[in-house]
Amino acid sequence: MKTKNNILLYILFIAFFAILLPAGYLTGLLSVNTISVWGRYFCFAIAALGIDLIWGYTGILSMCQAFFFCLGSYGIAMHLLLKKTVAAGAALPDFMAWNKIETLPFFWQPFHSFGWSVILCLLIPAAFAFIIGLVLFRSRIKGVYMAIITQALTLAMWLIFLRNETNLGGTNGLTDFNSILGYSLSASSVKLALYLVSLAVLCTAYYCCYRITHSKFGKVLQAIRDSESRVSYTAYKVVDYKLAVFVVAALLAAVGGMLYLPQTGIITPGRMDVKASVEMVMWVALGGRGNLKGAVIGALLVNFLYSICTSLFPDSWLFILGFLFVITVLYFDKGFMGLGDTIRQKFSATRLKTSQTH
Amino acid sequence: MLLNVNNLSVSFGGVHALNLDHFSLRDKELRVIIGPNGAGKSTFLDIICGKTKADKGEITFNGKSILGKSEVQIAETGIGRKFQKPSVFPGLTVYDNLLLAAKMKKDIFTSLFFKSTPALEEKIHHVAVKLSLTNVMYKPAGDLSHGQKQWLEIAIVVLQDPTLMLIDEPAAGMSDEETEKTGALLLELSKSHSIIVIEHDMKFVEQIANELVTVLVRGKRLMEGTFAEVKNDQRVIDCYLGRTNAQLETL
Repeated sequence: MKTKNNILLYILFIAFFAILLPAGYLTGLLSVNTISVWGRYFCFAIAALGIDLIWGYTGILSMCQAFFFCLGSYGIAMHLLLKKTVAAGAALPDFMAWNKIETLPFFWQPFHSFGWSVILCLLIPAAFAFIIGLVLFRSRIKGVYMAIITQALTLAMWLIFLRNETNLGGTNGLTDFNSILGYSLSASSVKLALYLVSLAVLCTAYYCCYRITHSKFGKVLQAIRDSESRVSYTAYKVVDYKLAVFVVAALLAAVGGMLYLPQTGIITPGRMDVKASVEMVMWVALGGRGNLKGAVIGALLVNFLYSICTSLFPDSWLFILGFLFVITVLYFDKGFMGLGDTIRQKFSATRLKTSQTH
Repeated sequence: MLLNVNNLSVSFGGVHALNLDHFSLRDKELRVIIGPNGAGKSTFLDIICGKTKADKGEITFNGKSILGKSEVQIAETGIGRKFQKPSVFPGLTVYDNLLLAAKMKKDIFTSLFFKSTPALEEKIHHVAVKLSLTNVMYKPAGDLSHGQKQWLEIAIVVLQDPTLMLIDEPAAGMSDEETEKTGALLLELSKSHSIIVIEHDMKFVEQIANELVTVLVRGKRLMEGTFAEVKNDQRVIDCYLGRTNAQLETL
């Protein structure tokens, strides 16, 4: 029964996003921007899957997923910018020339090649996650302390990226790209292609996460969430498991960031400020943590709401999000996906009570 | 001797929680440790399984020192622990709890590509039958009654197949019938495992203490003997009744 429901849900999801939306665009009902916007949401959903793995399943509240997301975005941005600069015959990207930089900084060099860019976009976040994780997990930092430290780290990185001296564009970030792998980014067909690639990657990521959570590895993760000490006394090396899932989550965030960049055309440090990193966690909280479908739907829904709300009442978005969050925490701790269950439970509880009083 | 403990001491904030001169356990022995509250019984087990670090002393298990090793290393050498407060995975089903406990390679990649085998299923089923968990196999462990959680945790320890089992208050919160069943189970397990049991329930102790009983008082070993000897020892009676006398003071 439950698997039947699941399959129905998957079919509906794929049918809607892989067939209905592109069809809507091709028949002229939807603008290409709508398509592109959903493509961006898919990137957030990919990152949300990672957050669900580390937070929903393993119980580690990591606030630095936004930073990993940005690492992915910045990597691709650097590549696109270098391509454009070289094509224009200039030696340096514009912003560096304005900052009176004379030679290309060493860490920009590998980003001339697309292959290296992709590899580094994955390798750098993974290495960061590995080192941060190793230090934090080995010193047995848990719970709220973990959240505070990772948030502080994101804040520190945000400050570093804001500086002009970092040579990553400072506050303005990196923008003004024209093509990816030779295809013009402003072309509608490229936008549609990027949308479809994002959807495909999201589905693949979902499948991988599904396999992970349904394996014994996934059960160990949930066991760590429930009772970490019992896991140790049962002879599992908790640090290894936490590290592995932290790296996987960082990779998912980075992949999301890599696909996000060409669809928005700009990356600024604002993507990893405190607000952004809290928001990413909220997608999962609202969607339903410990539930992969919840993470995807949470990310899509919250961002969809965001685009509606910011156009209708631009100033009150954060209030709306905060209100939703409070309601979720107070009444629906399983989030949107657990809504049915929660209501059913409440309903049967009241029915039980009334039948007892009679 | 399987387990040898010498001059083990630990203090929390200046209070000597444990100051044990000597303790040893034979292979396949079932030892019961009793003592009033705060005697250091659980602390002793905590030190053996690596939860608490000792200040000084030595513990050898199978001839190797285990003091200062991590929980995982100690678990790998073959020591399993059941806690006083049942420590299971409430969010996982009973079956998954047992599956995670079962003895096998436990690194990341083995877990990621793990496939169950009929032999393993058989083993899990066998232990589940022994601990009457078969009809709750697919319920979340958090929904079990307190007694069932106790049994589940014992089942977890049994499936780990350790050489030495440290069992902390297995009968707490159980009905008389359940307590007796637990006792019979421990006796059966003691044929193939070494076991240290901490218990308060004297009826239960009488049932399982076929061999030695160790009495701890205020972190020190008061005496060691058969259940009959311990039961009739004036010092033990005094300390359980809370009366101080000259002998205790000079201990």
